[in-house]
Amino acid sequence: MPEVPAPLTRADVMHVAQLARLAITESEAELFTEQLAVILDHANDVASLDIDSVVPTAHPLPLVNAFRKDEVRPSVDRDEVLRTAPDALDHRFRVPKILGDS
Amino acid sequence: MTAREIAAAVRTGARSARSVLEEHFARIDVREAELHAFNYLMREQAFGAADAIDSAVARGEDPGCLAGVPVAVKDNFCTRGVPTTCSSKILEGWTPPYDSTAVARLHAAGAVLVGKTNLDEFAMGSSTENSAFGPTRNPHDPSRVPGGSSGGSAVAVAAGFSAIAYGSDTGGSIRQPAALCGVVGVKPTYGSVSRYGLVAFASSLDQIGPFAVDVGDAALALEAVWGYDPMDSTSLDATMDSLSDSLDRGVAGLRVGIVRELTEVDGIAPEVQARVAAAAEALSAAGAKVDYVSVPSVSYGLSAYYLIAPAEASSNLARYDGVRYGRRDAGADVATMNSATRDAGFGAEVKRRIMLGTYALSAGYYDSYYGKAQKVRTLIIQDFARAYEQFDVLLTPTAPTVAFEFGSKTADPLAMYLSDVCTIPTNLAGHCAISVPYGTAEPTSGATLTSDGNPKQLPIGVQVLAPALGEATMFRVAKAIEASAP
Repeated sequence: MPEVPAPLTRADVMHVAQLARLAITESEAELFTEQLAVILDHANDVASLDIDSVVPTAHPLPLVNAFRKDEVRPSVDRDEVLRTAPDALDHRFRVPKILGDS
Repeated sequence: MTAREIAAAVRTGARSARSVLEEHFARIDVREAELHAFNYLMREQAFGAADAIDSAVARGEDPGCLAGVPVAVKDNFCTRGVPTTCSSKILEGWTPPYDSTAVARLHAAGAVLVGKTNLDEFAMGSSTENSAFGPTRNPHDPSRVPGGSSGGSAVAVAAGFSAIAYGSDTGGSIRQPAALCGVVGVKPTYGSVSRYGLVAFASSLDQIGPFAVDVGDAALALEAVWGYDPMDSTSLDATMDSLSDSLDRGVAGLRVGIVRELTEVDGIAPEVQARVAAAAEALSAAGAKVDYVSVPSVSYGLSAYYLIAPAEASSNLARYDGVRYGRRDAGADVATMNSATRDAGFGAEVKRRIMLGTYALSAGYYDSYYGKAQKVRTLIIQDFARAYEQFDVLLTPTAPTVAFEFGSKTADPLAMYLSDVCTIPTNLAGHCAISVPYGTAEPTSGATLTSDGNPKQLPIGVQVLAPALGEATMFRVAKAIEASAP
């Protein structure tokens, strides 16, 4: 029977929060470590299944690429989209700096 | 009045759309403050739409199959110029620049949108307690939850605020609240209703479907919105068998399998088991061949779902980064701004699922968690295929219990997740299912007492499952169950 992963630690939670761009607090980290451990413990009934030969299903439909005709069609109005953005400048989304000062 | 009766009366001019709408807003004005079904009421737009329909009828035009029918939609359907929040602070104040296909089709069918209904934030939850704007209450007992995540839509129909309503169902979010509120709820076949403009939660599972007071209205409501849409790349380009035409064909000779694993699942209430058994007996009496069937891998459905859905959600919700829409919290650089915005904008359950999904997809855990869950999905599809060699439809409970009390599961996420144990397998397989009200019962413990000292009775739903595109047969069985309901 496959081994289940080691229990999730507080360090795992802090790492995952950083990957997911969530600035969680110390008390949230505490609570989430406890709660996620319970959920993952339940999920170990799946993790421990010996089903290596089974083909995974990513999607319920046998999907192929869905193409539309390559033709010009009306689309959502640019100014209307930018009006609902938190910040915009010269027809573009405006964000704080991305690179360092150096 | 049913939606069928309203549409028929408005189309012939026997009733005005305005007078129908006035009746619904009168009920909203009495009870909405207590129940909180809506995040946003579209009163002004609704009366404008109703008057336009009445004018069209006066000119001799036919406004469509939902002429003058008051409709509510879940607040994760994009509505042009009308706030769409997903009950999240991260989208508070945002108004979409386009209509979802479902909403566009409702307008085209002559429906009158009355408002946007409350939900668990981003449709993550089973009680509507995870809304950033406060919970929705169950009209049968306001000290209890309506179920979720489409709790507001279920309550809108149960309380007569709208004749029909729409929600989205990723793991049971239409059927479970329908059962807890005593209305009909449908999760159609994956891909049958366009998801264009439905805010994404878990894209391989999400599906739009209707709530209605009876099976006939549910058929009308589904037929009004389903069908191929080139704007959704997962939209099915298939012929849908008419539902309304076959509803009354009865169940003589149909084979109905009671799913043993789901009727005997841990935590199921005896009053729910009794209702499923009674529905099975009624189908048998109506001429169906009823027997037990085993679908063993559904026992792993809950675990697989709570790996797959959060994994897809962690990817889908990456778009809420404070750049293109919704709120932004200040940060010196982009990464700090992203993290500050997401921490302030998302509630606890959304954060939990994003982290769970990110973890299940991360290096070292992918194979054990996400990869395994996808294989379980295959096993469930195979087990269902075997069951459908012997049976036309399957019968299960919709939810393991009647509506529960506020706060009773919020501290224990896993206990809340167990509310979806009977509904999840359908989403994993991409099949269709319907919840039909089947009587009421008092809860095993802690019943609320009425003013004359009797325990309050709460609705119970039974669920009919069918394979992909099996809606026509599924609705026939649902109709027969409804006809025998206590």
